[in-house]
Amino acid sequence: MFFDQQKSVMAFLQHFALLLALLIVFSTSCKAVTLEVGSVEVGYNDSSKSSATEDTSTSINGSTDGHAPSVISTLPIVTWKWHHIETPYLVALWILTCWLCKLVCELNHNVTSVIPESGLLIILGFILGGIIWGADKAQTFKLIPTNFFYYLLPQIILDASYCMPNKLFFSNLGAILIHAIIGTCWNAATVGTALWACYEGGAMGTLNIGPLQFLLFGALISAVDPVAVIAVFEEVHVNEVLYILVFGESLLNDGVTVVLYNVFDAFVSLGGLKINAAEIVKGIVSFFVVAFGGSFLGVVFAILISMLTRVTKNVQVIEAGFIIVLGYLSYLTAEMLSLSAILSITFCGVCCQKYINANMDEKSVTTLRYTLKVMANGSETMIFVFLGVSAIDKNIWVWNTGFILLTIFFVVVFRFIGVFFLNWVLNQSRLIPIDITDQFVMAYGGLRGAVAYGLAALLDEKKIPEKNLMLGTTLIVVYFTVILQGITMKPLVQWLKVKRAAHSDLKLIEKLNNRAFDHILAAVEDICGRIGDNWWTRGWNRFEENYISWLLMKPKARKNRDYLFSIFHKLNLEDAINYVSEGERQGSLAFSRSDEAANVDFKKQFGSEFADVMPNIMVDMSNYELGIEHFSVTSIVKDTIPSVSLDIHGQDRKNAMDDINAHHLLQQHLYRSRKHHRHKYSRSHFSINQNEDEVQEIFQRTMRSRLESFKSTKMGVNPAKKITKHHKKELTHKMPNGHPDGTGHLYGDEVDIAVGSETGAINSTFMRDTYTVGAGIENPVFLPDMDSPTHSPPWLMETEAVAPSQRAQRRLPWTPNRLRRLAPMRISTCSTDSFLMADVSLTLEEHEEHSQTDHVEMRPVFD
Amino acid sequence: MGSTNSTLLKIPNVEVLMQETGFSPAHIIRLHDRFKALDKEGRGHLCPHDFGAIKELAMNPIGDRIIGAFFSPGKETVDFHTFVKILAHFRPVDKDRPKEPNSPEPINSRSNKLKFAFQLYDQDKDGKISRDELLQVLRAMLGMQVTDEQLESIADRTIQEADLDRDDAISFEEFRKSLEKINIDHKMSIRFLR
Repeated sequence: MFFDQQKSVMAFLQHFALLLALLIVFSTSCKAVTLEVGSVEVGYNDSSKSSATEDTSTSINGSTDGHAPSVISTLPIVTWKWHHIETPYLVALWILTCWLCKLVCELNHNVTSVIPESGLLIILGFILGGIIWGADKAQTFKLIPTNFFYYLLPQIILDASYCMPNKLFFSNLGAILIHAIIGTCWNAATVGTALWACYEGGAMGTLNIGPLQFLLFGALISAVDPVAVIAVFEEVHVNEVLYILVFGESLLNDGVTVVLYNVFDAFVSLGGLKINAAEIVKGIVSFFVVAFGGSFLGVVFAILISMLTRVTKNVQVIEAGFIIVLGYLSYLTAEMLSLSAILSITFCGVCCQKYINANMDEKSVTTLRYTLKVMANGSETMIFVFLGVSAIDKNIWVWNTGFILLTIFFVVVFRFIGVFFLNWVLNQSRLIPIDITDQFVMAYGGLRGAVAYGLAALLDEKKIPEKNLMLGTTLIVVYFTVILQGITMKPLVQWLKVKRAAHSDLKLIEKLNNRAFDHILAAVEDICGRIGDNWWTRGWNRFEENYISWLLMKPKARKNRDYLFSIFHKLNLEDAINYVSEGERQGSLAFSRSDEAANVDFKKQFGSEFADVMPNIMVDMSNYELGIEHFSVTSIVKDTIPSVSLDIHGQDRKNAMDDINAHHLLQQHLYRSRKHHRHKYSRSHFSINQNEDEVQEIFQRTMRSRLESFKSTKMGVNPAKKITKHHKKELTHKMPNGHPDGTGHLYGDEVDIAVGSETGAINSTFMRDTYTVGAGIENPVFLPDMDSPTHSPPWLMETEAVAPSQRAQRRLPWTPNRLRRLAPMRISTCSTDSFLMADVSLTLEEHEEHSQTDHVEMRPVFD
Repeated sequence: MGSTNSTLLKIPNVEVLMQETGFSPAHIIRLHDRFKALDKEGRGHLCPHDFGAIKELAMNPIGDRIIGAFFSPGKETVDFHTFVKILAHFRPVDKDRPKEPNSPEPINSRSNKLKFAFQLYDQDKDGKISRDELLQVLRAMLGMQVTDEQLESIADRTIQEADLDRDDAISFEEFRKSLEKINIDHKMSIRFLR
């Protein structure tokens, strides 16, 4: 009990400290703004009076103001250039502040499990807004609609659509479209007219709002926000059909709302008198043209992107960038043509997803996915914070209890009516009807968000005199839905026992049977002689396979595209990764690799990557290499093998030897990090598991190598006898890799015996004790130095020149002659940090390396 | 209504059939029409080659297996009753119908749907999907895109996933367990048979 309390106090302190840091950052930005205001005024003064007499702070500003250069008497050493970087600096600071807010929110999972993150962010936004208000006595920062629609929204939509479960989306497209189009129109119309009716009935006192304005307001308030919806629904994990219905609806609904808003806005501009039947028909036509035109444009861009990724193989690094830029362009182009930008970018993302994933390199796909996630999550955070910040503004608050309460009431009620009615219609023909609890959650999940706010802020005050009332009401509706409904959503889902998403592992047998079921259904439809859903699916698939993927996919991607096989491949990869991490965790891993695959040019890599880290060793290496080359040439001459093949032999050997060298060095000096990443399919979480024993292990390794160096100085260096021996072996064997004999001695007992006889049994046991004490230190791979004074450097031996791992000590690998450790993999798993850590031990081992240099230099003599 | 009744009257034991399958009269009539259309020679029963005449079915990679499912072992023909009963597997489950405790399991129940799928694999009817049987289906479905070696490893992996008693074959119980997470009602139902 006591510990719990202590813990919570600690947690609170932690939070408080972070919050303080946040506020400090924030206050700087605030100060910056006041400064900026001052400097602007100064600028005006400068231009009008051209006076040079100013107080100190303004002179600083003036002198650095690029636009108004003032005379300087001496060369300034450092100048205060606030004005130059003002805007980007503020933007960056705000991004940082918002992200820190998210950090604060995520600190305590007890809170986030009750209040959704979006709600918390809004509340933090209130606090920040309060501070600004306190500092400036006005709201300096607001969510400006242009910023929102052009810089914050596109990436969220692109991310959502790119990560959309494609098959699910398209198989429920009908329901989604009906909800998005008809549902939205229904909401807009009913909320608008109902409010107007109440106004006429006298529920709101006197307001300067006409029926058309009410309809316009109804349109903007019916925008179900994907950002808010995803943020809430992701945490409750409802079943996938419900998820896709709500998510897809909210995504498309945004587009529809914007279109509807524009139509009504045009009507308002026209004025009530000029509207006749023809204009209404035009409005309806424009609605469909804008909505479907936008979607079509998105598909066109999707095709463009897919075709582009067919040829971006050579610029893999920026491959992912193309998608983002073109996606953004599809948004802007639609905006330019006054088509629905949101629908455009949505369909762009959904349609190109499959082809770009096939065309691009796997790494680029990952990059794209994470870049989009970073951008989307980042701007999502900013949007919510700013939704909170924007509220703290006295100017926008025009209170009208009747209007506000009635709006909330109608928004909720008509949403429920609309959803239930449409679902009833849909259920008449659905294979699996949407059950009543799902319908309830769907209706309840109609959260309003930033899109509604953005549209409200876009309203023109000249045309709509009560803009501020509408803006304020929109904000209240947003808070009501996001915070209140967001908080109650989870208990509601639990209470209603809504079917949750069954989290399951990928299974080949399921996928296989899904495929079989598809075929069965198609066949049964054929037998029944009727055209059903499966007929269409099959027809589309065939068309897609024959024509579309021919056009949009690389031939190579097309070839190995079979879905089942790629699932199998994925599973295999997963298994391999698990195997490796499990093996590493247990301390041993015997990896086999064929010689053909070992053509990594180690010298190059080694040279570039480690040259500065271990200069001494590099000297060794180069000497050593010289030796090899020399050696191989002489052997060529001796054996008189045709030069062409000889060259290859030499090359082979060099590569192989390099491989062994580098491998050994790496194993000696580097720490293998056991970090492994696990990707969950969540929009906001990315977890890394890290073994905490690592630090301890690194420490112990360092200690050990220290002991080691101590020992080697004490015992002196090993005689050259063994080197000669192994060297001769090399001479007799043309291909060092190909021979199974001479490998056995590396494994197991012989080494230990050697240690025992030459360093003394006491020493040896002592050493063993040192490193078996700590957790996770059982891997003898990490202590190859132990044996080095007693026998020759391992890379001068045969292929198996690697300290035996524990498993290898217990039993020999299955194919000893062709077995080698997977050196490149080691490199990749070593983080930079571990290099640095290893560096500590390295300096201690320099001595030893020097001694080895001597040996190596003896080699040419033997040749 | 008169024509409907007259068509129905032509079918023997139509009441029993409707009771067993849960099809409405409209469905029965539609299926009867289709049956007659397939039965070009008017024998009152269908032979495998009648099914083979359906063009799309011939292109289906596991079409012959599905045709085979209509014929009980040893029989070369299928009459209307059996035809309808087989198709009744694909009727969507209706949740509204009150469940009588004593009524026999409907044909379109989850486990019957699964049994239908299972017997497509299990060609030798020994109650188990052996590795070879699985391999045949895989080869049919994956076609030329995958090499034999890959096919074999896919088959091995699939069996390994489902095989609980380690006999290198999938029994029906294992089959059902491994597909527990799949919404069979959804995957093995056809909307227009509702």
